[in-house]
Parts: sequence; C-alpha cells; structure tokens
Amino acid sequence: MIKNFADWLIFGLIGLHEGSQLGEALNFFVYDTLKIIVLLFAMTVLMGFVNSYFPVEKVRSFLTQRKWYGADHLLASIFGAATPFCSCSSIPLFIGLLKGGIPLGVTLSFLITSPLVNEVAVAIFIGVFGWKVTLIYAVSGMIVGTLVGFGLGKMRLEAHVEDWVWKTVGKNPIQVAEVGEGTSLSVIDRTPGIFKDALDIIKGILPYLFIGIGLGAAIHGFVPNGFFEAWISPENPFAVPVAVILGVPMYANATGVIPILQALVAKGIPLGTALAFSMAVVGLSLPEATLLRKVMKPRLILLFFGSISVSIVFLGYIFNLVL
Amino acid sequence: MKTIKVLGPGCTKCKNLEKNVRDAVAGLLGDFEVQKIDSLEEMMKYNILSSPALVIDEKLVATGKVLSVSELMDLLKK
Repeated sequence: MIKNFADWLIFGLIGLHEGSQLGEALNFFVYDTLKIIVLLFAMTVLMGFVNSYFPVEKVRSFLTQRKWYGADHLLASIFGAATPFCSCSSIPLFIGLLKGGIPLGVTLSFLITSPLVNEVAVAIFIGVFGWKVTLIYAVSGMIVGTLVGFGLGKMRLEAHVEDWVWKTVGKNPIQVAEVGEGTSLSVIDRTPGIFKDALDIIKGILPYLFIGIGLGAAIHGFVPNGFFEAWISPENPFAVPVAVILGVPMYANATGVIPILQALVAKGIPLGTALAFSMAVVGLSLPEATLLRKVMKPRLILLFFGSISVSIVFLGYIFNLVL
Repeated sequence: MKTIKVLGPGCTKCKNLEKNVRDAVAGLLGDFEVQKIDSLEEMMKYNILSSPALVIDEKLVATGKVLSVSELMDLLKK
C-alpha cells in the first residue's frame, strides 16, 4: 500500500520516469520514510503499553524477589531491551538498581541492552533491513548484555564504582517511591498518554530520520553498485574493528545512521560489518561515557566499553561468516 | 508555598518538563517555587529510577515522563 502510494506520488503525480536516478531516489525516500514512520509508531505504542503495565520499578522488585543463579543477567538484558531508553536515565537506573540490591553485574547487563536494543532502533531496523536482520541484531544485543554483564560481575569490580554511589545506595530511602497513577488505570485511560508519548518520540527523531533516509536515497540513486567492495570486503580483517572503533564514540544518531548503512550494504559493504558498526553507534557513545564517568571510576568505564566493543567486533566477524 | 523540584541531569525531556512546570505555575494563582535539580546525588535521594522526575513538596509524583502543562496544573491545584 505504501509502495503504491510512493509509486503514484513520484512516477504518477510528479511524473518522474521509473528507472531514472532521481525518480528512483525520491521513490525510495518517500516509501522508506512512510514505512519507517508507521513502524516507529507501532513500536513505540507497543513498548509504551509494555512499560505502562510493567514499569522499571516492577522490574526491579521482580529481579530482587528471589535468587536467580545467573539467569538474572539474561532477564536484566531482556528488561533492558524492553525499557525505553533515555540517556539521561542511565545514572538513576544504575544507582536505583544497585539500591534495590541487584548485583553490579546484573545492573551492567541491564545498562548494556537498555540503549543497544531500544524500540526506536528496532523499528528502523525492521523498516530498512527487514525482520530477520532485526531479530539477529536484537538477540545478539541481548547476548552481549548477558555475557558481558556476567563476566564483569565475576570480576568483582564494586570498588571501581564511585564511592558516593555506594553511600547513596547504603542510605535509607527517604520515602517509598509510589510513582505513577497507580495500576488501576484501564487500557482506555492509558492509551491517550501512550499515543502522545509515541508521537513525541517520533517528532523528536524525525529530522534525523529525514537526513538519514535522504542520504540513503542519494546513495541508492547515485552510487554505482559494488562501489565499496574494493576496499571494505568481508575478507578485509580490519574492516570490522575499524567500523566498531569509529562507531563507539558516535552519539545516538541511530535514526539517521541505519538507513545510510542499509544503502551502503546495498552497494557492497558486508552486512556483518554494517551491523557491528550500528551496534557500536547505538549501544555506546562518548556522551554516555561522560555520564557514566560520574558513577564509575575510569577503570570500570574502560572495562565496560572495552568488553562491549570486543564482543561487538566478534559478532561482526560471526555475522560476516554466516549472513 | 509549594516547592516544586524538577529532577534531571539536563536531557531534552528534563528541559521540557521544567519548561512545562514553569508554564503551569505562571498560569496558576498561588505561591510556587520551582527548582531544577541537576546534582545526581541530590536526585538519588528521591529514589528515582528514571528521569526526569517531579517532586512536589518533597513528594515524588512522577518519573520518566514529561507531564503536560494541563496535567501539571491539575497536580498543582491539589
């Protein structure tokens, strides 16, 4: 349906020729933008409902209810993926989970997938790469979260969390956070707020989406097929680490980056390398590191970013082998 | 006098909430003091798990969401 609309608009109404570079690029732009906006809306609304019924406060009490013997890393990873990500929430989340008695390693598992697998990135991934690649991205993101959190947890790094955090964690709560409008709200009561939040999220990322899809469309229309194969082939062993190193400091322009990546993949960049790059861009960033620096000492930051980056590089190699 | 604290380290959502709070206060009769809390240590005293958060007279009323001006006015009238 969206495809028909894009065809009608570009080739019919505007009258560009099918097969012409400009026509194909514009058609791609209109089709992709509309498709992704629809997906974004569906995804943010879905996660809005999940979060409304299962807010992070409930996640915390769920994780502390019983002993999990390691399964809590996996659970924390999944919950982290299901929680809407806002970089400004990282710190409260980190301290809040520790405060609830959740071990450092499990908290880190949550902190890894929270940005890495988020509803916006997933919606855009489905839009540009399809379900299969999205599933691979999301599942491997959660595996990274589980394993890296587990590994760092075993290393007993508590001393590398800033001292003031432990002081805060140790203090008695001023009050029990009885947040929100209670659990008695009906679906109908919740819906307007959730729709509004979804639209707000989409509004905020729309400019980046336009730029990303615009550049992607330009690449689709004007860059010759196989253009990149010469220098960034799957056989080049440095391509994946270089992509990850470039991606780590870049900040959450995931919205813009993923459509560009898809265009690059279409022109010959290996999918695994592109996936590793997008994980590095979405999951880690310099602003995130500066934020986390307030609660983690340099050694823990380095270990945290280092082990995630190394895992992503490994994933990139595996993707290139199997995809 | 009601003391309203907006807790948030400075992301867009936090700024939006602060702006909405100030707009809501401007549209209401009464004595309000609006504070923006940037300090993480101060913020964590309220046991929040996500930001921005809103505290009215030392009571945590909302976390992780940007309340609209009208929602805030309703809250503040109480």
